[in-house]
Amino acid sequence: MISVQGIGLKQGAFALHDVSFDVESGAYGVLMGRSGTGKTSLLEAVCGLRAIAAGRVIVGGEDVTGRKPAERGIGYVPQDGALFMTMNVRDNLAFALHVRRWTSVQITSRVDELAGLLGLGDLLDRDPAGLSGGETQRVALGRALAYHPHVLCLDEPFSALDDETRSEMYELMRSVRAATGCTALHVTHNLREAENLADVILRIDGGAVAAEAMA
Amino acid sequence: MKERSGIETHPHTVGSDKPFFGVMVALGSVYVLLVGAMLVADASFTTWDHIADALSRKEIRYAIWFSLLSCTLTTILALWAAIPIGYLLARFEFPGRGFLNALVDVPIVLPPLVIGISLLILFNTAPGRAFEDGVTPITYAIPSVIIAQFAVACAFAVRAMVSAFERTDPRREQVALTLGCTRSQAFFSVVLPEARSGVIAAAMLAWARALGEFGPILVFSGATRMKTEVLPTSVFLELSIGNVEAAVAISLLMVTMAVVVLLVTRWLGVRHIGS
Repeated sequence: MISVQGIGLKQGAFALHDVSFDVESGAYGVLMGRSGTGKTSLLEAVCGLRAIAAGRVIVGGEDVTGRKPAERGIGYVPQDGALFMTMNVRDNLAFALHVRRWTSVQITSRVDELAGLLGLGDLLDRDPAGLSGGETQRVALGRALAYHPHVLCLDEPFSALDDETRSEMYELMRSVRAATGCTALHVTHNLREAENLADVILRIDGGAVAAEAMA
Repeated sequence: MKERSGIETHPHTVGSDKPFFGVMVALGSVYVLLVGAMLVADASFTTWDHIADALSRKEIRYAIWFSLLSCTLTTILALWAAIPIGYLLARFEFPGRGFLNALVDVPIVLPPLVIGISLLILFNTAPGRAFEDGVTPITYAIPSVIIAQFAVACAFAVRAMVSAFERTDPRREQVALTLGCTRSQAFFSVVLPEARSGVIAAAMLAWARALGEFGPILVFSGATRMKTEVLPTSVFLELSIGNVEAAVAISLLMVTMAVVVLLVTRWLGVRHIGS
């Protein structure tokens, strides 16, 4: 599960105080709010990419507040995918596994598994520069899932995609959830996206988060 | 034609863009023609005999090899310093950042002779003299040439590296951190490879700048033949004894070397970006 407890953070003139919310284990939480309400800042705080002034972040029952991003066990998918441009798709998918010193047999097996799950089989030797928006996000998702994180954080991952590709991505996300069972925190301002994916919608407004369970 | 508001409108027409481009080309060509004319003048003044004469002299051959060697060594040293400084300045806010940013630009704006004098004074202080006595002679010796070149060339390499790191997306580095990397692993596996065209540009700038360095070398290293003589020193020495033909021949050699380095690094840069 993800539990954000009384987080406070400050960035220039913008500040959030005492923000709390929970996403239960295996659930899909969608954090919604207007632009400038601090959705991305909160997500980055959960991932350890933004310093917090107060509060705690609990992931999978462990307090990860003081831990580096590398030690939190969170798969992160940013808005534009942010694929590593000097590596092909295969190396992007295998990146976290190389860092963890998996054997080449283990890496090949895991990359093939991810390629099957995300439909990337034909793209493995391609460079990121030649990929479409949907393909880029599928690779970014695979790269984040590669080392079996318990939690996935997605920051407006489908905002640059056309409607048809978005619908495909919703379907894909549902099959990824079924296959991995991971807990997700997904930032978006798109209501249709939230309705398609969320178990719980977390609305942030005026620094407070209100949870709304989906039927 | 009437719009819905009832206001009478006419089809909107615009004039030709030719005068705009004409002015741009005319203004720009002043500089381009000056540079071109300088090179043509050099080439027309020199004959193959002048170049052959210059190359036949052992002190000129020494200056060529010493220039090539010192510039390459300076470039390597400049990259070692410029890559970390450029990364820190481009990525992080820290106390003294503004001061550091201004300090690394000082060698760019200082008159070259002042840099030479400053180096001379530095190695005449107690710690400087202790270094020369205890480790190796610097002032008026071979290492002084590399230090003088480094003092200026590194500033240009730092500027190139700051803009190179600013162009790389910090988000990719953050992703690498969440995937299990330390800062060091993220830097060497993601950030630096993505900034490699910037590294090549910084190296090119540093090398070309070091090749042309003269003022600081004259003050800090002297102009001793077969010792601290680099190609700009050779031009100065030949001019000072009235041997203009040799000075121009050496100048053309420097132009050729600079153009070759420029073309090779451009080609390397394009190849890397293409790959």
